[in-house]
Amino acid sequence: MANSNQQDSKGLLGWIDDRFPLTSTLKAHVTEYYAPKNFNFWYFFGALATLVLVIQILTGIFLTMNYKPEASLAFASVEYIMRDVSWGRLIRYMHSTGASMFFVVVYLHMFRGLIYGSYKAPRELIWLFGVGIFLVLMGEAFFGYLLPWGQMSYWGAQVIINLFTSIPFVGPDISLWLRGDYTVSDATLNRFFAFHVIALPLVLLGLVVAHLIALHEVGSNNPDGVEIKKYKDPKTHIPLDGIAFHPYYTVKDLMGVSVFLIVFSAIIFFAPEMGGYFLEANNFIPADPLKTPPHIAPVWYFTPYYSILRAVPPILNSQFPGVAAMGLSVVSFAFLPWLDRSPVKSIRYRGGLYKKWLAAFVVSFIILGYLGTEPSNVWGQFASDLPLVGGADRATIVARIFSVVYFSFFALMPWYTKKDKTKPVPERVTA
Amino acid sequence: MANQEVNQSKRKFLIAATSVAGGVAAAAVAVPFVTSMMPSERAKAAGAPVEADISKIELGSMITVEWRGKPVWIVNRSQAMLDALANHDDKLSDPKLEVTSQQPDYCINPARAIKSNIMVLVGICTHLGCSPSPKLQTGADMGADWPGGFFCPCHGSKFDLAGRVFKGSPAPINLVVPPHKYISDAVLLIGADDKGVA
Repeated sequence: MANSNQQDSKGLLGWIDDRFPLTSTLKAHVTEYYAPKNFNFWYFFGALATLVLVIQILTGIFLTMNYKPEASLAFASVEYIMRDVSWGRLIRYMHSTGASMFFVVVYLHMFRGLIYGSYKAPRELIWLFGVGIFLVLMGEAFFGYLLPWGQMSYWGAQVIINLFTSIPFVGPDISLWLRGDYTVSDATLNRFFAFHVIALPLVLLGLVVAHLIALHEVGSNNPDGVEIKKYKDPKTHIPLDGIAFHPYYTVKDLMGVSVFLIVFSAIIFFAPEMGGYFLEANNFIPADPLKTPPHIAPVWYFTPYYSILRAVPPILNSQFPGVAAMGLSVVSFAFLPWLDRSPVKSIRYRGGLYKKWLAAFVVSFIILGYLGTEPSNVWGQFASDLPLVGGADRATIVARIFSVVYFSFFALMPWYTKKDKTKPVPERVTA
Repeated sequence: MANQEVNQSKRKFLIAATSVAGGVAAAAVAVPFVTSMMPSERAKAAGAPVEADISKIELGSMITVEWRGKPVWIVNRSQAMLDALANHDDKLSDPKLEVTSQQPDYCINPARAIKSNIMVLVGICTHLGCSPSPKLQTGADMGADWPGGFFCPCHGSKFDLAGRVFKGSPAPINLVVPPHKYISDAVLLIGADDKGVA
């Protein structure tokens, strides 16, 4: 029957608590969830990601009320939402901007994990659920991008589905199965709609819940990377360096949400296409299966991986190595908890080696991201009489170099984190 | 009865047998769902062969017809274009058509065609499925030594006028020649040949 620590609830709340663990759940996850008191700027982005998830679900529901997942109607129905539906333009821009902002906050959230070692024991499962969320988010973005049925939607989907064709032996059948037709068509659009609005959102919500349950089980990491559960008040058993999530961090997050919404609104009102980075110009042209646009590039959040795909040359008449490298560049994050051999978590107490490799990784990520938005001849070609690189596209060679740096951040991590000289970690969190 | 000792090995066997039976049933139930995502009967029917009138293609130009939702190019090559095909074998990845999946047997010849002037190609790049742009004339914006052919705007693959891929392109193999046959001198059937429907 009733939980022993709930004898004090009376009235309606008491009646509910006798039948459903309302008060105890709120206590465990909100009012008596003790988080380290030294959270800084980097700890805004988990809450912000939740906010964007809510924005996406809410705006998505209203978009489906007017959108038609049918190849001959889809493009026009999006234009209908933009021109004729009251406030439809605003709702659509909230959704399209939300997609890009989701990746902005998630990349910053992941970077926080990298600098403070939040993936290290005992938080490996939080990290793995997080990688799962990241993968599903990429799927959501990809499936959703086909729905407006513009030229970029169409040819982007065509290219990505064809990536599977290069898998030895079973590739062509997998592509055919994903498309449900011999080319990207109405059947493909219809199923992508199903994935985008119901299948993946359900998986995403499940993973978010698992991410939070795992977090609240082991407790949050912090900028010092020390475990606050080591020192508890002997009477109350509350961590000495912990403060209740509510009201302390709900107030802090409210401040973060306010700043975020200012930025978010400014983009929606003044630059919803973000110069072609959030919504590409070619996607305002209806899909034409017989004509590829002169330059196709994925949306910015996929471009680092896309650059890696382009950088790997075909080997033995097969483009599979490039596809495999691209897949590995995304999945590599999942191995971090086991690649990192450092005894300390936070960058504050790590040595110079890790800091340099992390900086090199961030630089590679940004340069690869930039190159992925441009055609491969953006920087012209090397002179044809140069050794090794003669006649090759400059951008391709640069992308190859930074792809190697990108992967060595992961591949060499067991070596450089072990060799690195660390500083002594304090017993308790610092101010 | 209640105090009877639990037969652990029997219990283990029953759990294993139930799991296996349940797993087989789940896999069997998955079959219709997975199969439902394959092309439907209607999509397969729409993949039927198409006819093209080739009598009006001017020498040195091309038309595009749609087959299975893909562009199929039909190029009427001039004698000069045909003669030039033999001049750049050293720059091609597969000049001798060794990857036989890319054309039917009856097109394994220097022109990759049944009637040597009429080139039939699926206009889909073998790299990642974009549709290359025709650059049929020599030179122009493709550089002075361009022999005429096709250029894929997505990742820069280059093909000659027989759809053979140039070395250094991201595309690994030649463009596909679809199965085709002549119904008459003027009418070409794409998607079927004497061996049947593709």
